[in-house]
Amino acid sequence: MEAINYNQQELMVVNAARLLKDHDTVFVGVGIPNLACNLAMRTHAPNLQMIYEAGVIGAQPSRLPLSIGDPSLVTGSTSVCSMYDIFTLYLQRGNVDVGFLGGAQIDQFGNINATVIGDYQNPKVRLPGSGGSMEIAAWANRCYIITPHQKRRFPARVDFHTSIGFLTGGNARTSTGVRGGGPQAVVTNLGILKPDENGELVLAAIHPGVNFEDAQANTGWALKKSADCQPTSPPDREELRILREELDPGRIYI
Amino acid sequence: MTKLCALHEAVTRFISDGNLIYASGFTHLIPFAAGHEIIRQGFKDLVLARATPDLIYDQMVAAGCARKIIFSYMGNPGVGSLRRMRAAIEGGKLDWEEYSHFSMISRLQAGASGLPFMPMNPTGAQDLAEQNPNYRQLQDPYTGADVVVVPPLIPDVAIVHVQRADVNGNAHVWGILGEQRLAAFASQHVILTAEEIVDEAVIRSDPNRTLIPGMVVDAVCHVPFCAHPSYTQGYHDRDNEFYLAWDEISKTEESVQDYLDEWVYGISDRAAYWEKLGPKVHQRLQAGERLSEPVNYGDY
Repeated sequence: MEAINYNQQELMVVNAARLLKDHDTVFVGVGIPNLACNLAMRTHAPNLQMIYEAGVIGAQPSRLPLSIGDPSLVTGSTSVCSMYDIFTLYLQRGNVDVGFLGGAQIDQFGNINATVIGDYQNPKVRLPGSGGSMEIAAWANRCYIITPHQKRRFPARVDFHTSIGFLTGGNARTSTGVRGGGPQAVVTNLGILKPDENGELVLAAIHPGVNFEDAQANTGWALKKSADCQPTSPPDREELRILREELDPGRIYI
Repeated sequence: MTKLCALHEAVTRFISDGNLIYASGFTHLIPFAAGHEIIRQGFKDLVLARATPDLIYDQMVAAGCARKIIFSYMGNPGVGSLRRMRAAIEGGKLDWEEYSHFSMISRLQAGASGLPFMPMNPTGAQDLAEQNPNYRQLQDPYTGADVVVVPPLIPDVAIVHVQRADVNGNAHVWGILGEQRLAAFASQHVILTAEEIVDEAVIRSDPNRTLIPGMVVDAVCHVPFCAHPSYTQGYHDRDNEFYLAWDEISKTEESVQDYLDEWVYGISDRAAYWEKLGPKVHQRLQAGERLSEPVNYGDY
């Protein structure tokens, strides 16, 4: 069979889309997560519902939204509410199945730093900060992270807990009383990390042509491989066609 | 009594050096024209609060208006970093007070509701609370569970841009609603800017769409295209090209100064700014038309 070419962004979008289920309500950001949701809706999850922290529910954007508050998210959506309502009635109340998170650093237990590199009061690099992520990470039923796999992005410990994964592992997360299940997968260009029973991120799947050693070399802790670690299926023709022709023809994110 | 006045008069009358200002709008309806007017009038030592400071506060910080910012996400939305604000913080030249979006908005909710604090469920993320003493923890008196609380935010002045208002300040808003309503109710004074000033009968034809009532509004200013380069739903699109351009402009203090000289100090008001943008930009930002179905309120 003829090999299908794809780039690393396409690989990450396709694998993230496959994690979404039909009827999921997804708290979504712009860029790669937005593409993953739209791809899932056009393939196996036609009843997926996208909601945005700007207060838009059931968005059906006619173009690729370029910011979290793009006007195309509103036109044709099922509902628009205030920011206070989106964070209380939807997220805090438990009406969000999936949240997408991102950050400069993700650690061994899925904690995320999107706030600062170095000391908080005397920042070496000042990052954007939490936005909605502190609450999404705590209260969405499941969280997914999509990020390139680089050692500087995967330290053993984050400099700052902008949002929590499993803290120090074990029952540390559940003892805080947060309602959500925490990060369930980190999709990278090398594979997919998932938490083990202790909350530690382990290599659960590996992309075609990637070795375990590649993943270890780009991870800042002694990476474990799950017993059932499988290769991922490469993106198929239909997934790539939808991405390239329908969702991002201008190749802004892919 | 009409509250209608020019934006420069409203800014002069209601804003003072050192004030806590909330220019509202979550990516939508951001009152850039008011920010530019504040820069032109040379206000100093302002405390600038916004969930997303956006380009409007990056420009005000670069122009030397601010002593401190209060925020929950400091980025150029969809583009990257707010370079001037980030440089000011990393250089130790700007104080800051930081929240998550939800706790920032909860502060406004407390301020707008006249409550001493707002409770929130814990998030397990302690590091920000350790840096910001406004985060406190209480015990739920009913269940004994931990509850996080934040105090009210009561700005001296909120600036709120809307699609249409009457001369009393009753305002219709649609599209992304952000924190507009909370900012208006939380603040001591409200400057309302509107794309259109309409007859009171237009407001009364659709009272469910009135998010901000005239009773909390001090000044009503007719400022079409106030929100450029952000947008006003149904009136004009977001100017993403400018958001990208600002990423370049804001790389150096010199190029920012050139921008401010040309587009803020060198301009008298928003009408002149919009004209200077030119017909190509106007064309590019046209919103098109997608009308909602009318509803029947009943003839009672």
